[in-house]
Amino acid sequence: MPFTLYNYVLSGNCYKVRLLASLLNVSYESVSVDFHPGQAHKSEPLLQLNPAGTLPILVTEDGIVLTETQAMLVWLAQHHDPDNTWWPMNNNQLGNSQLSDGQQTALILQWLGFASRLSATIGELRLHSMLNKAIDVAAAQRGSKIALRELESHLTEQRIKGCSWLTGAKPTVADIACFPYTALSPDAGIEHDDYPAIRSWLHALRSLQGFVTMPGIYELHELRNPDAPIPVKHSTELAPGHPPGVTQ
Amino acid sequence: MNDHTNGALNADLNGAGHARKYWYPVAMVGELDPGQTRQTQLLETELILTGSGSSIEVTADGNTLAVQQAFDHWWVTLSDEPLPLFSIPEASEAGRRLVPCGVVRVACSPLRAVENFLDIAHFPFVHTDVLGAEPHTEVYKYDVKIDEKNDEVIASNIRFYQPQAAKSAEGGIETEYIYRVPAPMVSVLYKTCPQKADAMDVIALFVQPLDEETCNVWPWMALYDDTSTMADLIQFQQLIFLQDRSILENQIPRKLPIDPGLEIPTRADQTSVSYRRWLKKRGAWYGALENT
Repeated sequence: MPFTLYNYVLSGNCYKVRLLASLLNVSYESVSVDFHPGQAHKSEPLLQLNPAGTLPILVTEDGIVLTETQAMLVWLAQHHDPDNTWWPMNNNQLGNSQLSDGQQTALILQWLGFASRLSATIGELRLHSMLNKAIDVAAAQRGSKIALRELESHLTEQRIKGCSWLTGAKPTVADIACFPYTALSPDAGIEHDDYPAIRSWLHALRSLQGFVTMPGIYELHELRNPDAPIPVKHSTELAPGHPPGVTQ
Repeated sequence: MNDHTNGALNADLNGAGHARKYWYPVAMVGELDPGQTRQTQLLETELILTGSGSSIEVTADGNTLAVQQAFDHWWVTLSDEPLPLFSIPEASEAGRRLVPCGVVRVACSPLRAVENFLDIAHFPFVHTDVLGAEPHTEVYKYDVKIDEKNDEVIASNIRFYQPQAAKSAEGGIETEYIYRVPAPMVSVLYKTCPQKADAMDVIALFVQPLDEETCNVWPWMALYDDTSTMADLIQFQQLIFLQDRSILENQIPRKLPIDPGLEIPTRADQTSVSYRRWLKKRGAWYGALENT
């Protein structure tokens, strides 16, 4: 196995790694850590691996220990993405001609940083709502909404440019990093109704080949059977004079 | 408590008086170190829990409440004359692994949390590829009765195809289920044990009502499984329950309608229908939609 993931099923950050590994069709060894109620991530053996006491932890087969989720995504993409589109080294790979390669990389890094803001706001609010974690609720709610508005506004601008994704015409590690806590905001009591561009982007991500779910993030049921015949509309076969959609 | 001076007219309008007669879980055994305190809520009453030796002390408004230990949890009642705590005989069977799964807060009526646990039909859609899968969506005819002796709802002879019925299951099996509702905010299910042909695994949902529209849910299991790690067992249960959570928080109305006619059931909802009737008959209106 190329890596071992110290994993917790309800963690949005662990899910980022599970999701990208699945999209890249990489298998790995998963070790379940009893985050709740056992607090095993704060126990001695795991603190030796990651003094920060956080999950996930990724250990590569050649012994590198990664404790920052966004770094794990970059590592996965650099080692297991033959097309080099998830962590693109140049813009040809992303179809984003208006940016230089340096600008492109900087923007991806910026969104990886933004993902940490989502964890610190929506992620914390979610832990409070679900697992009774003591936090400053009002501050987390305020921070969550500011972050979601910023994301909504950016994704709207991207759509005007004809791009479905955060930094171009193809998804990158930036999209994976920002996806889980945005998608999980209803767990924290923040619905997606006010964020139409975010809803389209979430939908686009859920429709990717190899997408996997976690509790709170569901499959697109209408896409479950890609082999099923597409229903054919017969309105074009109607005799002239009939308005479209009206059958006899 | 009911205010005796107001007589029957004002007594127990929302069922809180009835709800107070039961025991509710507030902490796992061993969770609080001696002297460690934690705040929680029960039926809109603020509680302070304090670890005390190997036990805990629970106070409300400075009054010490009755506490008892059962099924790896501490149970509390607000009543001076509570009903006895229900029993789960399997909890003391040798060879079972007892797995308390921690607490999850859900913004839904405590009754809705129990009712959802009793429902089979949602498995293929909410617990896709684990507890159910399309096209195996049919709920076959099953039996529901009220056990008069213990005054419990019992649903039995339930069969359902499950791709991964438990952590220990290898591949899909047809699973048999039995459900018990021994108290309005408790459900205990028995299901085919993938590792032991003649036994059934036990999975219970203990619900702590914070108020009528918010609850803490304490899942607990008594399983025959010698291979899975404790973390794997807990996470399997949490995976399932957290898939339910986002559905529960979106159910409208927030309170459970227990009068017939407010929602139209199908035959698959037979357990739910019996549960609602049973709640109504005993006056368990706390968390239920008022009859208007």
